[in-house]
Amino acid sequence: MTTWERFLDTFFKPDMMAKYWPDILKGMAVTLEIAAAVVVTGLALGLALACLRAWQWRPLNFLIVIFVDLFRALPPLVAILLIYFGLPNVGLNLPSFTVLWLVLSLVLAAFAEEIFWAGITSTPKGQWEAARSTGLSFAQTLFWVVLPQAIRIGVPPLTNRTIAITKNTALGTVIGVPEILNQATTAQSFSGNATPLMMGAIAYVILFVPIVVLGRWIETRFAWRRA
Amino acid sequence: MEIMLQQFFNFEIMQKVWPLLLRGFGTTLWLCLIVIPIGLLGGLAAALLLTARLRWVRWPAIAVVDFFRAIPPLVLLVLVYSGLPFAGIRLSPIEAVALGFLLNTSSYYGEIYRAGIESVGRGQWEAARSTGLGGGQTLAYVVLPQAVRNVLPDLVSNTIEVVKLTSIASVVSFPELLYSAEMARSVTFNSSPVVLAAILYLVMLWPLVRLVSRLERRVASH
Repeated sequence: MTTWERFLDTFFKPDMMAKYWPDILKGMAVTLEIAAAVVVTGLALGLALACLRAWQWRPLNFLIVIFVDLFRALPPLVAILLIYFGLPNVGLNLPSFTVLWLVLSLVLAAFAEEIFWAGITSTPKGQWEAARSTGLSFAQTLFWVVLPQAIRIGVPPLTNRTIAITKNTALGTVIGVPEILNQATTAQSFSGNATPLMMGAIAYVILFVPIVVLGRWIETRFAWRRA
Repeated sequence: MEIMLQQFFNFEIMQKVWPLLLRGFGTTLWLCLIVIPIGLLGGLAAALLLTARLRWVRWPAIAVVDFFRAIPPLVLLVLVYSGLPFAGIRLSPIEAVALGFLLNTSSYYGEIYRAGIESVGRGQWEAARSTGLGGGQTLAYVVLPQAVRNVLPDLVSNTIEVVKLTSIASVVSFPELLYSAEMARSVTFNSSPVVLAAILYLVMLWPLVRLVSRLERRVASH
């Protein structure tokens, strides 16, 4: 066998691919499901927190800042292991899927809050005053004047952050969520061949390269000033 | 509440596992001292390729960087650590971690440097070159200092991500902080060691997170 043939036999063995692609496909479905759930809840929670913070009620702001800093500083894997293995001992059993969704949503919410908040504070004070003086209430000003601009400013950094956090779905393999990496490592240990791992990597490339490229496009499309 | 405290804030257990966790913390620190410079240098190289004038240099570089940004770092690490042995390349955990981080973090740092380099106007290159500076000199003395200043918040915030990312080395049995904490947890059947590890991560990263917030605000106000 030449080196090239051995390489192909190790990483791209056709009968392995034929045997395991349904498993990898199942993993892709799970990954997509969690990623979609995380994006929706994470962004919604982040936006809600940023809006609450705009009310400038000190005790609440303090709590929001603590929450945001905590989840920006803590590695997600630490939070996942802490919740998954810690809570059952105090009588709370959460399925691994739920734990992964919860932790990644909180992490995304923390980063999204910061980005939305930066957008809200970058809106000139004069716009608030002008909107309020035309008779709009605080909430109306926030939703119809400030947020549309804040969200637009936030889109490029938010896209990159969201991609990075949804890729963390792979961490779920550590607690046994049957996503792509989990399917791939299971198949690899059964088959004694690295082909399933390579298939897993390719599955991620298929899912995420379009998103990364889209992110690159959004970044240039929305950028009106380079920080 | 009593059970909660017993399970997550058991000081007796925390005290017992403290030496083990401290060793893990030390390992995490020197792991950071290896992977952050690797990423910063690899990223600079990537950025030079990403901003190259020749299309047949730039486009393959973009493809490679996007490829490594699309693959989750844990997948990359598992592929390097448990995939390569099948091809006869057996890497130790630290070698696998270093290689995985080189490929992943260089791509991210590379994108940040690229944004920084592009934020410096083309005219600066031309002006510097016309005064007689060479290409390398222009890059080192004129473009890079401004580029780095412009993207400093992103560089620091990506560095925080890299430090957090070192926790995935525990999956390939590299004895860093999270690995030590998990080991202590499985021995004591108590989550306090992991809480202690979380506290150590916070002690290390909270000041940096605050710094990033300040830097971001300063850049935004310009």
